[in-house]
Amino acid sequence: MKLECKHVWGHISEYIDGTVDAKLREEIERHLEHCEICSAILDSTRNILVLTADDRTFELPVGYSERLHARLAKELESSEKDTGTK
Amino acid sequence: METKATTEAGLIARILAGEKELFHELIRPYERMVYLTLLAIVKNEAEAEDAAQEAVISSYRHLGSFRGDAKFSTWLTTIAINEGRKRLRKAKASAEDSIEEEVEGQEGDYTPAPLTDWREVPLEALERKELREALRTAVAELPDLYRHVFILRDLEELNIEETAQAMGISVSVVKVRLHRARIMLQKRLVPYLKTTAPARRGFFGRAL
Repeated sequence: MKLECKHVWGHISEYIDGTVDAKLREEIERHLEHCEICSAILDSTRNILVLTADDRTFELPVGYSERLHARLAKELESSEKDTGTK
Repeated sequence: METKATTEAGLIARILAGEKELFHELIRPYERMVYLTLLAIVKNEAEAEDAAQEAVISSYRHLGSFRGDAKFSTWLTTIAINEGRKRLRKAKASAEDSIEEEVEGQEGDYTPAPLTDWREVPLEALERKELREALRTAVAELPDLYRHVFILRDLEELNIEETAQAMGISVSVVKVRLHRARIMLQKRLVPYLKTTAPARRGFFGRAL
């Protein structure tokens, strides 16, 4: 059975996550072999996910970690006192 | 052999037994995740940082109620999401639920954009600051519902089940939202990628 491009597009996300069943996966792969458009769509979507997961894409504010741990240290200290007085 | 989970469980037990300083160590691997979760919800860097601090403090205070049945990261993400939602509720009186239904029911066009000339490898693409910027903008502009799921799954790399658990929604809803988010981003970024992709061979071997 031949898959249409549209059908493949509807499963791109699940295909990337590996959650399509074996039969459909095989059909999609067969389609990708000869369909340059679908292959490029798949590649570009995948690449966007790689870019997203890269630490350089979403950076933390400078000093975030230091401020967080300083705040936490204060909290730990005050909870220490609380339990100490009990 | 100690897995991450058993190390974590051990850390948690020691913290609860009184070695409070260890909480710094427990939270360190997740501080980025907490911030990005909140940024996805409140969409403002300063507020996200403030909320992240609150969420971390809150997780410390409630550590005793953490049950080992969920992963610590999922539990912590849930706390962060709740902190974010609390702030949203304060910020706008409009109920999130009504927005939720509206967006969910929408029959949008979730067709990816065709392209044939982007073969740039991600490692090279990453060197391009403007591409990262475009991606950040595109993610920030996703509809809230799709962005939340996308951030948890693709940025923080929770799996589908963990994402569903943290958001309090079903696995199938996660899949639908994730699919739409990914396709929307693909569509948004393709024109951008196309124009900046290296020239490919054209007629008579000339660059296009």
